[in-house]
Amino acid sequence: MKVTAPTQSATQIDDQRAVAQAKSRKRTLWLIGKLLVYGLLIGGAIVFIIPFMWMLSTSLKPAEEVFTYPPQFLPTFFLWHNYIDGWTILPFNTFLINSLIVTIANVVGNLISCSIVAFGFARLRARASNFLFIMVLGTLMIPREVTIVPTFILFSQLKLVNTLWPLILPAWLGYPFFIFLLRQFFMTIPRDLDDAARIDGASTWKIFTAIILPLSMPALATVAIFAFIGNWNNLLDPLIYLRSEELYTLALGLNLFRGQNFTAFNQLMAVSILTLLPVLVIFFVAQKYFVRGVALTGMGGR
Amino acid sequence: MQGAQSVAPRRSKRPKLGWQARREEREFYLFISPWIVGFVLFGAGPIIGSLVLSFTEWSLLDPPKWVGLANFRQLLADQFVKIALFNTIYYGLGSVTLGVTVSFLLALLLNQKVFGQALFRTVFYLPSVVSGIAVALLWINIFNPDFGLLNQVLRTLGVQNPPGWLVSPQWAMPALILMSVWSAGGSMVIYLAGLQSIPEHLYEAASIDGAGPWSQFWNVTVPMMSPIIFYNLIVGFITSLQGFVQIFVMTNGGPANATLVIGLYLYRNAFEFFKMGYASAISWVLFVVIIAITICQFILARRWVYYEGDLTRS
Repeated sequence: MKVTAPTQSATQIDDQRAVAQAKSRKRTLWLIGKLLVYGLLIGGAIVFIIPFMWMLSTSLKPAEEVFTYPPQFLPTFFLWHNYIDGWTILPFNTFLINSLIVTIANVVGNLISCSIVAFGFARLRARASNFLFIMVLGTLMIPREVTIVPTFILFSQLKLVNTLWPLILPAWLGYPFFIFLLRQFFMTIPRDLDDAARIDGASTWKIFTAIILPLSMPALATVAIFAFIGNWNNLLDPLIYLRSEELYTLALGLNLFRGQNFTAFNQLMAVSILTLLPVLVIFFVAQKYFVRGVALTGMGGR
Repeated sequence: MQGAQSVAPRRSKRPKLGWQARREEREFYLFISPWIVGFVLFGAGPIIGSLVLSFTEWSLLDPPKWVGLANFRQLLADQFVKIALFNTIYYGLGSVTLGVTVSFLLALLLNQKVFGQALFRTVFYLPSVVSGIAVALLWINIFNPDFGLLNQVLRTLGVQNPPGWLVSPQWAMPALILMSVWSAGGSMVIYLAGLQSIPEHLYEAASIDGAGPWSQFWNVTVPMMSPIIFYNLIVGFITSLQGFVQIFVMTNGGPANATLVIGLYLYRNAFEFFKMGYASAISWVLFVVIIAITICQFILARRWVYYEGDLTRS
């Protein structure tokens, strides 16, 4: 190794130097780029996270500190009692139970109806299958506002206004987005499995329950989570259909609380945090299912 | 003679279905029957229903009265409809443009193989998961001109007279648009998944051809991502037209109708004034606007959306 060094010509050394310089320039550029990327990411992350911090800090402030000028980011002392005071000012326990009933009924209904329908579209051949699937995707694009009035009239003719049924029934009749999501997932399961089972004499229903469903747990989990969050946050339907306070869901209860007591912002924030807790817990426990569901439908939505 | 000959093979192309195929078809309809019922009751039915209703006057108390085109004539003269249409498009364009930009930028940043990618993704994604009234209340608080967080930050940065946000007619809509960007994380995840699925060999080929990072971005990343961006533009716009619940809670259309969007005006007519016919007419206007905008986007898309041959069919 050492022997070769003295034999290098001057031009070779110059070349090496130039290469080294170019390398170090490239390195500097790369470093600046990295710094910029991290700077933007960290800055962005702070901006995205601060509203949550503000929510938390407001929920712990004593009443007189909510409206101080200039506002303080941190309360002088933590008033944990805001959570209990806010929760008990209205029958939030009842609202919680109603929210649970509606949400669970929706999750179960969506899981059952959408997986059955999606199986039909993914696995069974029929001449009108493609056309009907386009109709499914078409309904995905229809804004809620167009159907809201006739749907309300339908439920009012059925005398179901001011019951929880209008919030529950539609979920049992398939939801286009979930049908689409599950169908996309079912299509990725090899058909060989069905064929093998069919040769063994399995019925279509058996193939659905014994082969497709057990292999689709990740997609079903995604549907369950999306359905949970969508319903938990839903304000529009409760607002339209529910009249009596004992039927109110959490979202509607929160709206009532705000209407009655707009200045109690610390308690309002406390109750808001409590209503968001299940969503936050699910998000942190099951984040991969969110990402999978978004990818599954986002990519296939062309 | 020739005609008969040409018909014959076509007929033989579609033979009568065998018993197995017929059974499969029966099973197909059995399986999708929940959706068919749902489609009739909550999809197609209401759409036709709202069209019929738009020619009537109905308060739900008296029987409906046929009024012909009266609702639509009233609509054309209604000042609030014009305001609401303008505001709806303002909000849609603003929130979609800003949202797509921010979420695509975030996805690009996260795709740089950064340390802590999962953590950053969580932070950016989280706000899009929480929504509804709790979040609306939080932002009312943040936007408060005197006691809110945003103006305090602006004052610290040296802004003398920060805007009144939700209580100012000029700034209420920008405030709502700003707030919608907070939930850009949802589409960011879609973009991130898309970016990660661009085959590495495309970048290698581009780099062999002498393309720098900038050129690689414009000639590989953007074309490969264009279908996803396009899909997000359409879906984003439609969701933005529907998102009136936040507005209902935060400003209820005010101040001075600056945030009166079409969804909110429809809600008022139907469920506060109980004008079901008029509300249905408004909903059809909204429907037509959405279809028109979607068609426009499809026409514009031909100029810039790139579909890879084998990906055009999902």
